[in-house]
Amino acid sequence: MTAPESYDGVVLCAPFSTPYQRYSLDTAHYWIATALRGSLRLADLSPKDLDGFSVSSFTLFPDTAVGLTQHLGLSPRWLDSIPMGGASAGVAVRRAARAIQCGDADVVACVAGDTNHIDSFRQLLSSFSRFAVDASYPYGYGGPNASFALLTDRYMHEFGATREDFGKICITQRENALRNPNAIMKKPLTMDQYLNARPISDPIALFDCVMPCAGAEAFLVTSEDFACKRRLPYAKLSAAIERHNAHHSDHIQLRGGWTVDIDTLWNQAGLGPSDIDLLQTYDDYPVICMMQIEDLGFCAKGGAADFLRDKNLTISGDFPHNTSGGQLSAGQAGAAGGFIGMVDAIRQVTGQANSTQVENAQHALVSGFGMINFDRGLCTSASILSTGALA
Amino acid sequence: MSTPLPRPKKKDPQKRSVAATRPPEMRSRAAMHLTAAAAEGRLVMQCCSECNELLYPPRDACSNCLSTDLSIQDIASGGQLIAETTIHASPRLFFRERLPWRTGTIKLDAGPVILAHVHPDVTKHARVQVEHRLDRAGQGVFLALPEQATPHMEDEPMMRELSANPKHRRIFLTDAKSPHAPALARALLKAGASEIYAGEPESWRPHPNAAVLKDLGVEILPMDVTDEASVRKIAGEIGGKTDILINTAQFMRPGGILSRGDTGFARDELEINYLGLMRLAQAFGPSMCARTADGVNSAVAWVNLLSVGALTNAQPFGAFSASQAGAYSISQALRSEFRSAGLRVMHVFSGPTEEDEWYQQLPPPKVTSNALGRAVVDGLERGLEDVWCGDIAKDFRDRFRRDPKVLERELTMGEDGA
Repeated sequence: MTAPESYDGVVLCAPFSTPYQRYSLDTAHYWIATALRGSLRLADLSPKDLDGFSVSSFTLFPDTAVGLTQHLGLSPRWLDSIPMGGASAGVAVRRAARAIQCGDADVVACVAGDTNHIDSFRQLLSSFSRFAVDASYPYGYGGPNASFALLTDRYMHEFGATREDFGKICITQRENALRNPNAIMKKPLTMDQYLNARPISDPIALFDCVMPCAGAEAFLVTSEDFACKRRLPYAKLSAAIERHNAHHSDHIQLRGGWTVDIDTLWNQAGLGPSDIDLLQTYDDYPVICMMQIEDLGFCAKGGAADFLRDKNLTISGDFPHNTSGGQLSAGQAGAAGGFIGMVDAIRQVTGQANSTQVENAQHALVSGFGMINFDRGLCTSASILSTGALA
Repeated sequence: MSTPLPRPKKKDPQKRSVAATRPPEMRSRAAMHLTAAAAEGRLVMQCCSECNELLYPPRDACSNCLSTDLSIQDIASGGQLIAETTIHASPRLFFRERLPWRTGTIKLDAGPVILAHVHPDVTKHARVQVEHRLDRAGQGVFLALPEQATPHMEDEPMMRELSANPKHRRIFLTDAKSPHAPALARALLKAGASEIYAGEPESWRPHPNAAVLKDLGVEILPMDVTDEASVRKIAGEIGGKTDILINTAQFMRPGGILSRGDTGFARDELEINYLGLMRLAQAFGPSMCARTADGVNSAVAWVNLLSVGALTNAQPFGAFSASQAGAYSISQALRSEFRSAGLRVMHVFSGPTEEDEWYQQLPPPKVTSNALGRAVVDGLERGLEDVWCGDIAKDFRDRFRRDPKVLERELTMGEDGA
């Protein structure tokens, strides 16, 4: 495999998150426009300054990124649509970065957003993928909860992780969320509450599941020159990987595509796990956080429960993890769930995270995971962001 | 171990009948090939004709070699439960009404990994026997059962949904005078049917089945499928408690088109085999469709006994075959019209039968009424759509599937001229 060129000269800036809403009367277009405007305002840019646009959304139908350009009055010379759910941000960044390096665009806005109506989760499920329709939904129609329950069941059986181990991740993320005014969840969560919660799909219970909601996340990808001239705080892209449908002969998913590309990631960044100041994993379910902690090299396969047992995962702890509260506690705004870690990581390494700021955060690892097509998540991504210019 | 299913109490007529809900019906065309096999109870996988890779979920191209030459292949039923979940929340009404629901990941001995419904008697991480069943949407699904049968395992709610089990159900045989009626009644009672009714045309005319059926406790009701008023009257009496209808009414005489010389017998064949089925469907169909979610003894299946002559014309029963083709076509229409209610339509195809006197001149093999009874019960217990009873029926099926034109040509040979 050829070693990829570096992402030198590419920066991420203007991180913007809308507040999340449990249910919204508005459309994905509304949420995406809100986040795009928020990001542009942070950079003091107008839509006309934008010549690249990358969109991730599940609820734009019948529109696409193309329809959005007319809807929002944009005229980009570079347009991308990333239908990769939880892996979207890492993939969007990789593509936008190359466009910037090659001069195909000067400023790319990466936006992810979705609305959530009363019935939209059920409707989204009903047409998610052909394999799911053929081979997964007929079996109890438990949606992603049931799919991840199977992985969790196997993971617990193979590696001896307990519900308390998963609970620790959920509880500390709730602590982080309480410091994030945009988070949906506003009350603390105790281990008792976690363990005794309503069962959803054994061994998954209520607090293992994200809260579907409406919202959007956005940031800009541009050149270091551009950001410097505009005096914008920015993060450098130290490394980025993606992989799809890895390990397809595994009988059940206990690892993701990160394991294939992990050396590329660390070599490109010139860093190792001990250099990372905060970790943003994709947290649709806590077992997936553990899988990422293992596959990204923080500990051996199956060792995440042990590894985390003496770690403090809060913002002020020794292993800050999902500093905004993640999807588990801030909410999952559809495809924006794939962006929440990236946008918060940009804030963290540029010193703009305010009440959730990790002290001296220089290097953040952001990991993405998406798209249960049948029995497992197919898309993985990971990016390392490093401080460029502080706010 | 499963709890034996108690015989349901008499229904309170003032209570609302629960409306039918169904599991998701949508499937890709490739997945329909699996459903077609499940309709006969065959466990199959898609297989690449070039590299022999077994593929699941079904695809349009091989994920090993990209060949688009894919076929269906029977596979061994053994497997291992490698992960499981009991679902407590589902947005789909059908499952929501039946929670908790157990499913799991099965590594098949044949290779692929599947999701399946998992019987409650299967222990954690155990080896399982996988069956291919039709669900209430009429689509193929996998069902993981314990390797060794457990007591009362058929009584689990999951099993009742994935079958048309006659246990505790009320059966209507449309014609008590059918030579097969006694054997069918015996087989169904043995399978746990709670009550059997049988329609009797021309009640004034004595027939040997009457005493036998009465001895078995079958309730005889005057009904003639050629008489719409009588069909409506009996449907009014028992349509609301018929859980399984088995159409045993059949008129059959040998003879092709020319040899008969007139249309007399053909008229009888159409009146009974074709229009009779239609009258029954119009009278009993609506009330059965309204009761498909009515508890343990809900309406569950409509069974049509058909001659294999329905598939392609078989002399010397040329005219009768035509009526069977018509009945088969109506029956397919009923599948479509019953689908939304989840009422199953089972076809039991057979060749000549031993007990039917008009087949007397045909050589063996012939199907006995007892074999027919066993096939009907087995088909209901496994929730099948198409049952092929006896060697002749299976032979016809296989030849028809290999090449219908060749079979037609073989069955229409002329006589050697002088």
